[in-house]
Amino acid sequence: MIRPPSLLRPALAGLALLAPALLGGCSTVVLSPAGDVAQQQGDLIVIATLLMLIIIVPVMALIAIFAWRYRQTNTDAPYNPEWHHSTALELVIWAVPLLIIICLGAVTWTSTHLLDPYRPIGRIDATRQVALNAKPLRVQVIALDWKWLFIYPDYGIATVNQLAAPVNQPIEFDLTSSDVMNAFYVPDLAGMIYAMPSMTTKLNAVANKPGNYPGFSSNFSGDGFSYMKFRFLAGSQTDFDAWVAKIRASGTMLDRATYLKVAKPSMNHAPTFYAGVAPGLFNAAANNCVAPGQVCMDAMMRADAGPHHAEHGEGHAKNNDAMKMSAMPMPMAKSDAPAAVSDATAKNSAQSTARLAGAGLPMPGDRRTF
Amino acid sequence: MMPPMTDVHPVVSPLLGRLTLDALPLHELPVLLAFGGVTVGGIALLAIITYFKAWGWLWRDWFTSVDHKKIGIMYVILALVMFLRGFSDALMMRAQQAMAFGDNAGYLPPDHYNQIFTAHGVIMIFFVAMPLVVGLMNFVVPLQIGARDVSFPYLNNFSFWLTASGAIITMISLFVGNYARTGWLAMPPLSGMEASPDVGVDYYIWGLQIAGLGTLLSGVNLLATIVKMRAPGMTLFKMPIFVWTALCTNTLIVAAFPVLTAVLAILSLDRLLGMQFFTNGLGGNPMMYVNLIWIWGHPEVYILILPAFGIYSEVVATFSRKRLFGYTSMVYATIVITILAYLVWLHHFFTMGSGASVNSFFAITTMIISIPTGAKIFNWLFTMYHGRIRYELPMMWTVAFMLTFTIGGMTGVLLAVPPADFVLHNSLFLVAHFHNVIIGGTLFGMFAGINFWWPKAFGFKLDRVWGKRSFWLWVVGFWTAFAPLYVLGLMGVTRRLSHFDDASYQPYFIVAALGAGLIAMGIGCMFMQFYVSIRDRNTDRLRDVTGDPWDGRTLEWSTSSPPPDYNFAFAPIVYDNDAFWDMKTRGFERPTTGFKAIHMPKNAAAGVIIGLISVGFGFAMIWYIWWLAIVTLLAMLGVSIWHSFNYKRDFHIPVEDVIRIEDERTRLLAAQKVVA
Repeated sequence: MIRPPSLLRPALAGLALLAPALLGGCSTVVLSPAGDVAQQQGDLIVIATLLMLIIIVPVMALIAIFAWRYRQTNTDAPYNPEWHHSTALELVIWAVPLLIIICLGAVTWTSTHLLDPYRPIGRIDATRQVALNAKPLRVQVIALDWKWLFIYPDYGIATVNQLAAPVNQPIEFDLTSSDVMNAFYVPDLAGMIYAMPSMTTKLNAVANKPGNYPGFSSNFSGDGFSYMKFRFLAGSQTDFDAWVAKIRASGTMLDRATYLKVAKPSMNHAPTFYAGVAPGLFNAAANNCVAPGQVCMDAMMRADAGPHHAEHGEGHAKNNDAMKMSAMPMPMAKSDAPAAVSDATAKNSAQSTARLAGAGLPMPGDRRTF
Repeated sequence: MMPPMTDVHPVVSPLLGRLTLDALPLHELPVLLAFGGVTVGGIALLAIITYFKAWGWLWRDWFTSVDHKKIGIMYVILALVMFLRGFSDALMMRAQQAMAFGDNAGYLPPDHYNQIFTAHGVIMIFFVAMPLVVGLMNFVVPLQIGARDVSFPYLNNFSFWLTASGAIITMISLFVGNYARTGWLAMPPLSGMEASPDVGVDYYIWGLQIAGLGTLLSGVNLLATIVKMRAPGMTLFKMPIFVWTALCTNTLIVAAFPVLTAVLAILSLDRLLGMQFFTNGLGGNPMMYVNLIWIWGHPEVYILILPAFGIYSEVVATFSRKRLFGYTSMVYATIVITILAYLVWLHHFFTMGSGASVNSFFAITTMIISIPTGAKIFNWLFTMYHGRIRYELPMMWTVAFMLTFTIGGMTGVLLAVPPADFVLHNSLFLVAHFHNVIIGGTLFGMFAGINFWWPKAFGFKLDRVWGKRSFWLWVVGFWTAFAPLYVLGLMGVTRRLSHFDDASYQPYFIVAALGAGLIAMGIGCMFMQFYVSIRDRNTDRLRDVTGDPWDGRTLEWSTSSPPPDYNFAFAPIVYDNDAFWDMKTRGFERPTTGFKAIHMPKNAAAGVIIGLISVGFGFAMIWYIWWLAIVTLLAMLGVSIWHSFNYKRDFHIPVEDVIRIEDERTRLLAAQKVVA
């Protein structure tokens, strides 16, 4: 048996404690970030929550009402100890959640495809489309123990723990990791994506508001994890050009030996800038073959695939010998096209990141269907 | 980058493996103090047992017992002991995160902090939630189906000791060597030999391998019990809902735990023999581990929640004094959840970039699970409707669960929307969500179950005053601790961080730490509740002489509290899914004559012996003490063979004893009627 005060007092106290905390959630970075992709993801949280509240609020209200009304001491309330079935009610309690899940499922299917991190972004923000001829800013990201290396293949520069991009310019990240799993996350820019060893992932995003934003690893990666942070600088095109020029003037070079030194575990690594980058470094890192003498993973896989691969591969007419496959020139990754490729390992580069378009949704580059 | 394996493995001595004096925490004062405390406490405990000459009693009546009731109770005791350890870890984390801002690095260096959150997760899931769930199923299921024990009583004892051995191995890591610093799923490459060369991950692997085997065997046992040992008349659709959820849970255990065993075995091969399944070199791929561990891990979530759903169903019907609404749809909802549990694992890593169509598939299967789960909530709701609700402690926990879990379910569906997950994954929002469903779902359910079945187990009820104090502190403490984490998640704060730059987070972390403090008081009140209840067990207020203190509906309430060793003198005959309620309404008279001798399984020592040897085996494998590993392995094999020649496995409880026990119950019941 309960009396109202004993039930309500702690409950009210709890509510009073929670209210400011819950209200505090509304203006947070996840719900109002500085980039369009993150904004759409944040909006989706609100939409999905509202959709679910359609059923959650009545259910919680009914729980409270029934729990109170049918208490033992309230003998005015009806009591039917054998009532246990109602086909109509059963239909409602299965159908209403089903309908909501159908709506939410539809929202999920489309938004998952539209906001697929692999999909080039189609719009700068809610009002502007990406220009037809616009080229994204390409950034190659390597998660190291415990810092971030950013390579700008189109500019031939690299940085550690500092990322910059012009606002309203689509950015295309290619990501990998040197040895353990990490996740690349700039809450203001877009959702997170894993950076995994021997694999590459992609993330497309755009920043809309200039600013200096935090970025970090969001997947636990060892002792230095808490200090694996960087800053993301979003500014005007002029700011960005000046930033690039400053780095180009800095003079140091990120060759493979330097990379191996940087890749050694360290915490709280200060931002570092490199005016030049060894060609094919990202692909060598993704294939675990930066150090001299290492066989690249992709080359090894081709060798392992052997004659079977040759039957389907490009080079079967001239090469059925599995042992020679590792040295066979394979198509270079787009990202390395401008750079001169000097050693055999860097040639074996292309990790396929091609995606199925899926869901009947056109890729933004494909204007015919718009 | 692949250094040769000799660089990674330390020097291994033939006698002690890689165990040296450095492994003892001689230079770390807090650990040393804890070590000292545990040693002194342990010696004191052993001394007390010896002083009261309780060893024989413990050995005969508990350690070697094959009685499902005693094994169930031992599981729960194990869980409560481990809960204190797991919760201390939680308090340490909350304290660290509340203070480590800016220049303040907190009091825990990363390698300590990382061990603590790993141990917290592993202990809470494997050695608290699992033993609670398995323990309650063990205790209740045979009673509810009118059986005298489980199908394989000795195996049941063996399973318990394997679980206990896993817990012991995990606890040893606190004092000898260290624990994994990888997070509770020990994802490679971080858990590989290169990134984690020390013994931490090996403690993780062997603790879980041994405990996991115990869980698997216990799953087989309960599955066989439910399928084969139901009382006459109890068709599948006349089983109590808790038995249904136990059936589904054990199906999940039998299907999922082998995956855990296999994936940990492969990880061991990588670590011990350099096999490269999950490493970056030589064609291995860590993604395989992530997939495999979650193919076990997601069903595990339902293994933990389904029995709790069963408990709520029993509680809500009993305390609303009304038949459960929509029994059939409840059963189908449970079955649908069981099947779908295998089709959602990828939602734990949408951010791996599997592509939009794969992500959508797993997102939508996940959302579909919310439909049967929602149906269950409605069924409980309409069970309360037109009921007469008595707010005893189990019912209070149930109402708190319904309100808390609804929120947890909602945030779960939210996390299942991949684009939302891209910003919420690995965030404190996620941490808040799964604590919301594991505490608000599983743990509240276990507390409801403990308060509900305690009188059945011990013959006296739990104290209400301390129970209510514990309840309110827990519920308010839970929301105080985890509501701020939801907000922090939306502020872009991710999990497992031991230090923060942004001071605006600090107030939230301080509130969360206060919440953890309230929960600590709730736990204190719970132990106080146990103490007060045991102290006052013979008072009229708490004592249960009828065996049916709550006016129950299912068969376990038809026998005495605590039940005799044989549970039921006669196999009950079942006509209705609320079998005992049906008996009571039809005016069933308990038979008082015609008793026969009862065939029962005999205690066996092999389970506890093999279990304890397995601790030695695990320790030897962890520290590379190969001779000890071989000796202990042979010893386990030898004891198993010895046990297989043990033909004295059963005995008959003489008819005179049965008559004496049943006559005593007849007398008590008659006295009760006179008083009434």
